[in-house]
Amino acid sequence: MADLVSHPDEVKVVSRRFGLGATNIDRYLELDGYKAVQKALSMGADGIVNEVKNSGLRGRGGAGFSTGLKWSFVPKQAPKPKYVLCNGDESEPGTCKDRLIFEHDPHAVIEGVMIAGLAVGSKTGYIYVRGEYRYLLEIVQRAIADAYARGFLGKNIFGSGQDFDIYWHGGAGAYEVGEESALMESLECKRGIPRIRPPFPAVVGLWGGPTVINNAETLASVPHIILGGAEWYANLGPPKNGGTRLFCLSGHLKRPGVYELPMGYNLRKMIFEVGGGIPNRRALKAVVPGGSSTPVLKSDEIDIGMDFDSVAKAGSMLGSGGVVVLDDTTCIVKFALRTMKFYQHESCGWCIPCREGTDWLKKTLIRFHAGGGLKKDIDNMYYLSENMLGRTFCPLGDAAAMPTMAFIKKFRKEFEDHLDGKPCPFEKAVEPVMA
Amino acid sequence: MRFSDQFESRFAQMLTHYPTKRSVLVPTLLYAQDEAGYLSDEVIAELARRLDLTELDVRNVISYYSMLTTKPRGKYNVQVCTNIACMLRGGEELLEHCEKKLGIGHKGTTPNGLFSLEEVECIGACSWAPAVQVNYDFHENLTVEKMDRVLEGYAKKGAA
Repeated sequence: MADLVSHPDEVKVVSRRFGLGATNIDRYLELDGYKAVQKALSMGADGIVNEVKNSGLRGRGGAGFSTGLKWSFVPKQAPKPKYVLCNGDESEPGTCKDRLIFEHDPHAVIEGVMIAGLAVGSKTGYIYVRGEYRYLLEIVQRAIADAYARGFLGKNIFGSGQDFDIYWHGGAGAYEVGEESALMESLECKRGIPRIRPPFPAVVGLWGGPTVINNAETLASVPHIILGGAEWYANLGPPKNGGTRLFCLSGHLKRPGVYELPMGYNLRKMIFEVGGGIPNRRALKAVVPGGSSTPVLKSDEIDIGMDFDSVAKAGSMLGSGGVVVLDDTTCIVKFALRTMKFYQHESCGWCIPCREGTDWLKKTLIRFHAGGGLKKDIDNMYYLSENMLGRTFCPLGDAAAMPTMAFIKKFRKEFEDHLDGKPCPFEKAVEPVMA
Repeated sequence: MRFSDQFESRFAQMLTHYPTKRSVLVPTLLYAQDEAGYLSDEVIAELARRLDLTELDVRNVISYYSMLTTKPRGKYNVQVCTNIACMLRGGEELLEHCEKKLGIGHKGTTPNGLFSLEEVECIGACSWAPAVQVNYDFHENLTVEKMDRVLEGYAKKGAA
């Protein structure tokens, strides 16, 4: 069980029930549970979609697409059954928030899936939980069974005449299937290889039926929006970036942890106040702001609001909310190598630029970090990354290329310091810089 | 091929969850592996038969997912995360320590069959790094000393 933390600046929406025993369905009901879905039943499909659109809720998995807009793409009439798929394949390095949602508030996810189903006219939802999260899958299984036992799921939910079923599904270890089209392949129990788009999942998804795929945090936010109203939720964050976010603070921090902060919260404050700053009297070197695939920010680039648009303006991405903090003892080349080792391991191999690109980059970085680098390697790595961008079915190729380009562009000197057979300058202990 | 009653009832229930039989394959493989220790030829043949798939179809899926294995592992599979968040807080040192302590490397198994070791990618414990998973159990905020206690605990449990 993961430890909970708190900070006075937190605005608890999704984390409102954390630590309150809400896995128990009676406790969940005491804490306003299953009220949102009943309200949603009275709002009608268009009413729900408009409310979520107006709330400014954007996908918490990383892409930041408007959730309401995504739902509106699902055709009203479809010859095949429609599905809602909850993405709980959390595996972007730096990200550990969905874990807390499933651990503390699984019924909120169930309610979110039901409301999404009502919004798009679907009768079936799936909650996909990554294989490593076995204890969370068991929590979800119990929560679904409890909801059925109360008659909240199944036939004629809340006397509405509408039916809704939710099923659990466990993965077996694969980062790639966190990507929506590969996730559908994985749920159909094939190799998790992405599908080409168009057609988009909203039109042709699971077993050919229209499918809405949302991150677990996105879906867990929906009941709060339905109960609190779009305006309240939108006003928690800056324009077009409604609500709050679970930020996973990790790396060189005094108080790492998952904190729920309003969208647009200042990154410097997040690191130095919420996260307690850098331990061992070290200085900040860099931050990866939204999971391993997002371009690194230097220590002088952190006076930004943590919302989708502000981080994009700063040349990176808000991503999945994983804020990884690096102090000045960290070797960027080594960090880039570990990042690339991950993408090379996780590339499904379907698209050549990603399969070959990640492998070449990993091999080059291994040689480079070991002191066998050539000056031309630096530009070659950048050029190779540049040529992976946008040339793959899914964003895994981009996810490997973008951070690499940023590491080279922003820390070129560190790459040069590894040239000519020199040992890594960070391997030996460095004296503290601040007294 | 005999699975437990729990496996059989879960399998029967799962078949009602999807419009195609195939969709139970991945969760079923993992549950079968939990019981048998690994995915033997016999398990693969049995599941292929039940789901109207070829054995090749099943093997094709197994080779994709990192948690599935066709080789026996130790009773306790120690999975050390060395991805970025864990690396920054000593994940690599932890792996090195486990290698020395257990006398095995990545994907190795101790001669008594008690422990296996694996260097794994992000397990979703970044804010509680460095972290290790032993089978499905998380151990977080580890140090070398805490890791020793974790391993000793499993060694005792395994001997009992």
